[in-house]
Amino acid sequence: MNQIKGRQSTKFEKDVYILGCASVVGQKEGEGPLGDNFDKVVKDPMFGKKSWEEAESEMQAIAARLVLEKCQIKADDIRMVFAGDLLAQSIASCFGLVDLNRPLYGLFGACSTIGEAISLGAMAVAGGYANHVLSMTSSHFASVEKEFRFPLAYGNQKPPSSSWTVTGSGACVISSEKSNVKITGITSGKIVDFGLKDSQNMGACMAPAAADTISQNMADFDRNPGDYDRIITGDLGKIGREILIELMKQKGYDIRDNYLDCGMLIFDSNTQDTNAGGSGCGCAATVLASTLIPKLESGEWQRILFVPTGALMSKVSFFEGQSVPGIAQGVVLEYVGKEK
Amino acid sequence: MDYINAFWVGGLICAFCQILLEKTKMMPGRIMVLLVCSGAVLSFLNLYDPFADYAKAGASVPLLGFGHLLYQGVKEAVDKQGFIGLFTGGLRAGAAGTSGALIFGYLASLVFKPKMKD
Amino acid sequence: MGSIKDEDKKKEYEQYVNQVTPKNNLFVQMIKAFVVGGLICDLGQVILNYCKSQNMNKETAGAWCSLTLIFISVVLTGLNLYQKLVSFSGAGALVPITGFANSVAAPAIEYQKEGQVFGVGCKIFNIAGPVILYGVFISWLLGLIYWILKLMHVV
Repeated sequence: MNQIKGRQSTKFEKDVYILGCASVVGQKEGEGPLGDNFDKVVKDPMFGKKSWEEAESEMQAIAARLVLEKCQIKADDIRMVFAGDLLAQSIASCFGLVDLNRPLYGLFGACSTIGEAISLGAMAVAGGYANHVLSMTSSHFASVEKEFRFPLAYGNQKPPSSSWTVTGSGACVISSEKSNVKITGITSGKIVDFGLKDSQNMGACMAPAAADTISQNMADFDRNPGDYDRIITGDLGKIGREILIELMKQKGYDIRDNYLDCGMLIFDSNTQDTNAGGSGCGCAATVLASTLIPKLESGEWQRILFVPTGALMSKVSFFEGQSVPGIAQGVVLEYVGKEK
Repeated sequence: MDYINAFWVGGLICAFCQILLEKTKMMPGRIMVLLVCSGAVLSFLNLYDPFADYAKAGASVPLLGFGHLLYQGVKEAVDKQGFIGLFTGGLRAGAAGTSGALIFGYLASLVFKPKMKD
Repeated sequence: MGSIKDEDKKKEYEQYVNQVTPKNNLFVQMIKAFVVGGLICDLGQVILNYCKSQNMNKETAGAWCSLTLIFISVVLTGLNLYQKLVSFSGAGALVPITGFANSVAAPAIEYQKEGQVFGVGCKIFNIAGPVILYGVFISWLLGLIYWILKLMHVV
């Protein structure tokens, strides 16, 4: 029973399912093209709390409650939680999930966190270590601006290459219990650094990592882009998308026809002033939960490669003149129909 | 007349800085420092006064003018008090702007709450 | 595959990225900065002229001008309006002293949740600090040169 595939991938022999998922977003996301798909849209950016950080924690708490309700399980049924966010020391997750009272493994993968959380959760279930795992993440525009860029009230011009951090939390329950959607494999991502230092052009910083993971997935599973209904990255945005297509072309893969990006799906940049598109951990997670998984559940898609991407940097590394490397975690999701 | 001179000189300084913002990826903080330092240097070279006489607010309102103010403060203090003037002159000349920003900024923190961008 | 170690290859990638990254129309942005910057300076001129009509001396008039512009900027910052002006005109709202005021008011408003001392107190000069530091330092340095030149009877 060899689950090790190629250089970076894993093919699960034991059945691992996505039992259900939930998404909670803010007002801007609710007004976007996917607005109707989200489970809950909260207009108050403070989520009834006193600070942006507490608001993000509250968002995670709501998403966790919702996904448990949708899966018709209790918190006690969750064996372990894999969660993380963009804030220093992942405080949004820590404080948001404390009431769940379940074991937590805190993660940092920048905007690729949902991919990391799902990969690790799937490994836990496939290894027989858990029957139900909760994998989730979040991001909040205000807390991220405050942490990485400028106080909200500070005036600055955002270039066309910049992205808009999504205010949202996405949660999935990964389980050995049958459902229509299976996690059949993962391709674990490596850090890929092309030396770019422009933190206002995240798509360009992360595209090489996405290209690396996607092409490795093809090689490890002996597949072509056409074997997937869709290949979907997390938040490469308009510019990252173009660069990824070119980088994949150089590797001999044409992904133009079935490639999508969550950051470009969640906002309408023509009317919402979001430049290159959405970003943040919550971007890939909420689009996955609200839009991608339902399409698999219904059978509209049979197999997709979900590749959330992250930019690994901190304010300190940036000011000290370091580059912005990227990372991308690949997850293969398949429709298995009403189980026999 | 004042208004026309102030308009086009002040506007030109801003337009030039816009080039820096777009072409060099310089962050706004760095540009503010560049302006203040340039103002001080121009003032030292005796180039700022004629410029300020012509453009009036067009020269004093941009941060360039703040640098000029700081240097003039030091110069006058050195003339009056000698060496110690180097330390007493600068901040004193810039006191109105600095105190104003600090005091009004702090009061703002008591009155306004952080708001989300749309 | 993986990361690039070769500096030349890194530059190649950077150049490629520059090619495919759209940029703002520089001319349009310059015009917007020019107009807004000019108008803010004119506002300053209105204040200066009023002060002169009240027979204030140059220094006092200048102080009133700075204070008034700073006050207006702080209020607009609190009302979430100054940011929109900067978004629109870039340097036009950044370069005048109003931009400096915005950079002090913004962290003050944002960091209140972290407390008076460690939030507002420590972080109020987050963005504008360098302006004060380097402004004071360079005027001191130039003043030093002036003082030396005076000693040598050059000036």
